[in-house]
Amino acid sequence: MSKGRFGIHGGQYIPETLMNAMLELEEAYNRYKNDPEFNKELQEMYNEYAGRPSRLYYAERMTKDLGGAKIYLKREDLNHTGSHKINNVIGQMLLAKRMGKTRVIAETGAGQHGVATATVAAMMGMECEVYMGKEDCERQALNVYRMRLLGAKVHPVDSGTATLKDAVSETFREWTARIEDTHYVLGSVMGPYPFPEIVRDFQSVISKEIKEQMLEKEGRLPDTVIACVGGGSNAIGAFYNFIEDKEVRLIGCEAAGRGIDTFETAATLNTGKVGIFHGMKSYFCQDEYGQIAPVYSISAGLDYPGIGPEHAYLHDIGRAEYVAVTDDEAVEAFEYLSRIEGIIPAIESAHAVAHAMKIAKDMKKDEIIVINISGRGDKDCAAIARYRGENLYE
Amino acid sequence: MNNIYKAFENGKAFIPFITCGDPTLEITKQAVIEMEKAGADLIELGIPFSDPTAEGPVIQEANIRALKNKVTTDDVFKMVKELRKTVKIPMVFMTYANVIFSYGAEDFMKKCKEVGIDGMILPDIPFEEKEEFNQMCKKYDLALISMIAPTSEERIGMIAKEANGFVYCVSSLGVTGVRSNITTDVGAMVKKVKEQKDIPCAVGFGISTPEQAKKMAQHADGVIVGSAIVKLCAVHGKKAPIEIGKYVKEMKDAILPVQG
Repeated sequence: MSKGRFGIHGGQYIPETLMNAMLELEEAYNRYKNDPEFNKELQEMYNEYAGRPSRLYYAERMTKDLGGAKIYLKREDLNHTGSHKINNVIGQMLLAKRMGKTRVIAETGAGQHGVATATVAAMMGMECEVYMGKEDCERQALNVYRMRLLGAKVHPVDSGTATLKDAVSETFREWTARIEDTHYVLGSVMGPYPFPEIVRDFQSVISKEIKEQMLEKEGRLPDTVIACVGGGSNAIGAFYNFIEDKEVRLIGCEAAGRGIDTFETAATLNTGKVGIFHGMKSYFCQDEYGQIAPVYSISAGLDYPGIGPEHAYLHDIGRAEYVAVTDDEAVEAFEYLSRIEGIIPAIESAHAVAHAMKIAKDMKKDEIIVINISGRGDKDCAAIARYRGENLYE
Repeated sequence: MNNIYKAFENGKAFIPFITCGDPTLEITKQAVIEMEKAGADLIELGIPFSDPTAEGPVIQEANIRALKNKVTTDDVFKMVKELRKTVKIPMVFMTYANVIFSYGAEDFMKKCKEVGIDGMILPDIPFEEKEEFNQMCKKYDLALISMIAPTSEERIGMIAKEANGFVYCVSSLGVTGVRSNITTDVGAMVKKVKEQKDIPCAVGFGISTPEQAKKMAQHADGVIVGSAIVKLCAVHGKKAPIEIGKYVKEMKDAILPVQG
C-alpha cells in the first residue's frame, strides 16, 4: 500500500505530471512542521492576523431553551475572513513561501476558502487565482466580489455540475499546466497525500484550543463534539485532539439536501460507496458504474460528492458517527441560532447546530456538547431569504 | 505475451484515441474500423467518466456527450467484443481509476481479456499506486501502460524499469488538447526510458498536425492523437468515421517514412 493511508483510504491517485510536486510538498512539510522558526511564524499569524485563539462560548439561552446538555460554541466564525478556512491557508501559504512559490491557486465552494486564500495572498504579496463553480459564483456573489477586492482573479467553472467538485477538478488541471512557481492551496482534508495530513494538522488547532478552554472552564473534556462535514476540514480540526479520548463522542453532520432517500443529497457516508477520485480513495456519491453523482445541498460548502479519507476511516472503525441533516433542518437552525444567541452561523455550520438541537434535549444537564461554528452566516443571508421566498437586493 | 508490440512493427506507430459512445457506440465502431483501414497501429478507446480530470475541454465534452447517451462500461465491452470479430490491431482502454474500481478490478480485467482488449491507460494511477490494478492486469495478460511527464525527471528510470506494453510520454504540462507548440525535449525523455528498458515509447498530448507528428516521430516510436480526432466526432457526427479515416491516413503517411 502506498503512502498516506487511513485504513484503506487516502493514497495519491494523481497524474504523473503532479507526482514530483507532491513529493516536493511532502518533503517541505516534513522539514518545516517541527521547525521552531516556522511554528513561531505560524503562531504569530494565527494570533495577530487571524485573531486566534477563537472563543469557546457558553450558549446559555440555547442550553436553557433546549433543556438538556450544556452547549458550547467554538467560534471559528470570529476568525479573520469569517471561517476556519484561514487556519489552513496561513499554514500552507507559509509553506508555499518557503518552497519559493510566488503564485497560489485554490478551489472554493461557498467562497470561504477562496476568500481566505485571497486574503493571505494579499497580505504576503503573492499572486492568487481562485476557481469557483459558476453556480456557486451566483449563489455566493458577495464572496466573489470580496476575492476580487483582495486582488485575486476568480475563474467561474462551468464544466460538469458547475459546483465545488468541478472547481477542484479545474484547479488540479490548472496545476498540471503550471507547477514550477505555483502552489495549490487545497482547502479541505482531501485530495492526494500529503494534503489530508497537512490540512488536518493546520486545522487541529481547533480541537487543541477546545480542549484547553474546556479544561479551564469545566475542568473536564466535553461529552460530544459536533461539526459539519463536506470535505471535512473543520470537523477533523474539531475532532483530531479528541480521537484518543474514547469517551468523547464525535459527530459529523453531512448535508442531506432534500433528504438521503432522494438524489438531491450530498451525504457521502450515508449514501455513497468506496471509490477513487480527486486523488484519494474514500467514499463517494456515485452510480453503479462509478460515475460521480451530481450532488446537491443548499450549502455550497458541503455540496461535494466525496469526503476526506481520514473521516472515511473514522467512519469505518466506528470512532466517529456521521449523520445527515436536511436543508430544512439547517435553515431552521440558521434562524434559531440567530434569534436565540445573536449569532448568525454559516449555513454549513447550521447543519451541526441542527443536529445538536436534536440530541441536546435527550442528554443530561451535566453533559456537555461543543458545536464547531465553522463560519459566519452573513454570506448566506440572501440565499436563505430566497429559500424563505423573500428577494433581497444586495 | 500480449499483442501491443505488434503496433510498433510497421514503422512509426500512429495511435488514435476516441471516446466510446460519442456521439453513439455505432459511430465509434465504424470509426475504429475506418481507423484500422487507414493505417492506425493501435487504438485507444476511452471509457467515458463523469469527471475526467486529466482532459482538456474537447475530451471533457466528449465524455459528457457519451454519458448523456447513457453509455455504460458494459455497453463498451459489448462494442469491443463485436469489433474484435474484424479488427486485428491492438486496442487499449483509457479511463479513470474509479470506472475500474467500481466495476471490481478483477471482473473488469477478466472482461477485458474476454473481449480482446490488450492494455490499459489510467491517467490517475501513478507509479506509486499501480500495484492494486497491475496485479489483475498481469493475471489477465493486459499491459498497464506507464506514463512519464515533462516533470518526471529522475522518476523516469524507476517507471521505465517496470513498464509494460509501451511507455506513454506526455509531451507537455497540463491536460490533453491541441497545442500550437510543444517545447519539451521529448528526445531526452525517450532516451532516459531506453537506458532502462528496451520498450517502445509513444508521445501524446497536444499533437494534431502532420508536421507536429513528424517532428515527434523523430524522437519516439509512435505518436498518440486524441483531441484532434474527438473534435472530428463533435463536428461531423454521423459522418465522422469517414473524416476520421482520412485524417488518420494523412497522419500515418506523415510519420511512416520517419527514421530514427
